[in-house]
Amino acid sequence: MPAIEANELERTFEGGVQAVAGVDLEVADREIYAFLGPNGAGKTTMVRMLTTLLRPTGGSARVAGYDVVTEAASVRRAIGVALQEAALDPLMTGRELIRLQATLHGLARQEGHEKSDALLERVDLVDAADRQVGTYSGGMRRRLDLASALVHEPKVLFLDEPTTGLDPVSRRTIWEEVEQLNREGTTVFLTTQYLEEADQLANRVGIIDDGKLVAEDTPAQLKAQIGHPRLEIRLVEDVAERAREIVVRFGRPLPSKDGAVLVELEGGATGVAPVVRALDEAGLTVESLDLVEPTLDDVFLEKTGHHLEPEEPETGEVE
Amino acid sequence: MTATDLRVIAALGARSVKQTFRRPQLLAPIVVFPSILLAIQTAGAGRAVDLPGFPPVDNFLSFMLAGAMIQSTLLAGNSGGIALAVDIEMGFTDRLLAAPISRFAIVLGRLAGTAALAGLSAIWFIAVGLIFGASIQEGVPGALLMIFFVVLSGVAFGGIGASVALRTGSASVVQGLFPLVFVILFLSSAFFPDTLMLEPAASIAKYNPLSFIVEGIRDPVISSITWSVFGKAIGALALVGAIGIGLSALALRRRLRTGG
Repeated sequence: MPAIEANELERTFEGGVQAVAGVDLEVADREIYAFLGPNGAGKTTMVRMLTTLLRPTGGSARVAGYDVVTEAASVRRAIGVALQEAALDPLMTGRELIRLQATLHGLARQEGHEKSDALLERVDLVDAADRQVGTYSGGMRRRLDLASALVHEPKVLFLDEPTTGLDPVSRRTIWEEVEQLNREGTTVFLTTQYLEEADQLANRVGIIDDGKLVAEDTPAQLKAQIGHPRLEIRLVEDVAERAREIVVRFGRPLPSKDGAVLVELEGGATGVAPVVRALDEAGLTVESLDLVEPTLDDVFLEKTGHHLEPEEPETGEVE
Repeated sequence: MTATDLRVIAALGARSVKQTFRRPQLLAPIVVFPSILLAIQTAGAGRAVDLPGFPPVDNFLSFMLAGAMIQSTLLAGNSGGIALAVDIEMGFTDRLLAAPISRFAIVLGRLAGTAALAGLSAIWFIAVGLIFGASIQEGVPGALLMIFFVVLSGVAFGGIGASVALRTGSASVVQGLFPLVFVILFLSSAFFPDTLMLEPAASIAKYNPLSFIVEGIRDPVISSITWSVFGKAIGALALVGAIGIGLSALALRRRLRTGG
């Protein structure tokens, strides 16, 4: 049984704005699935429908085996949700917030307290647990938000832009925690506008643009769909023409600039050595080699016709 | 309503109370403003009790206590609405809506907090009144009855504030009701007997449900309990409460259906 399943899922708002336009989706159990797209692409609307916060206006969806409309309460028992911008009450302390979350999920008082303490330790917030959330940095808030979503040990975890606005160190901390959760058996559905995040974390990536799922696969396959890695060769002497005649035997030559030779290698890194050997045998001395992999941004550009432009991360925060 | 829902209501109510004490600007309208108004009016208009037709009371402070309590409770209801709207604006309500609880428990939790604050404000004003020379004719049972009415008023007025918050999702809109609170107050018998008002204020005050509630709170202070006054107060509270809670339920349903 898939952890998440959507069929022709749609959401049209009052005024006729269609935020999600017939998305089909299947996320396997224990998978990390990233929904990649720019602001306004429909990512948050999709998450809100899958977490029962918003009713679809068309299609259907099941999460953890339950229908998001007719079995919404069962869905809510099975999921953990950390929404965009970490919706935390700045006047509550971290401990109070996790304990409230435990109450919301029906944990007995003692069990809730024990779970809260364990989670605060897990996300390294023990020292700050009795401080008001308003004094926390962005990274601490996200860690607290993540911890509070885990208090009832959900089967499926939804993270809506979990690292938007965070500095690289805080972002990496969240990634490590998400990977650890996944290793422990949690299915993770995350939305992101960061290519690197999708590339590093996700088993599969869905690219959403203008409410439509325009591509979906593993990051490697998505990149492979738009081309193979390219080898950029610089030679000591000005013998680019001779080099091109040689490398054409190993892959499709591509237009290049600055006297470099560019060739698309089907075999990727394994195809580099034969090229170098052939150049060497021909008496051409290689100055530098650079194997350039296609990026998810290349994929995004190919599929949507425009680049992904994420928000700038926040700077200067102190934990 | 499950046992978990009841625990959630209690937890959210406790959160509301803590929130109010941690942000002094939320406490000011509930305690500070009504206390200042009580002091000013009592000091400045104390001889109003000598007017022909003024209800027989020991002193003007005894008459004014109910008005101060209801002012505090109206403002607590308004503040509760503002806090709920802030929760909606910052997305905290989504956290609650994503949990496996009755969704109306979220509203009831807020109302429980408002009711608790109203109860605390009633105790505060009873203490202030007794210290500065007011007396409660019905003694301890009378004081308990006053607290009972004020707590119920907290639920009723809190429901109105919550309904506006849920319908608009905007703290500034709920805050915009603030002046309206004073219009409703001054067009009731909260601060002055309706029998001594000029028309049309006298007629409006006579039928204003707030007047019935105020009279219910005031009754044990100035005389023995009058059951007709008690009944009218309960009826007015039931009416305001039904409107507030009913509108809140409708607004919540709409918000869940439309997503905003």
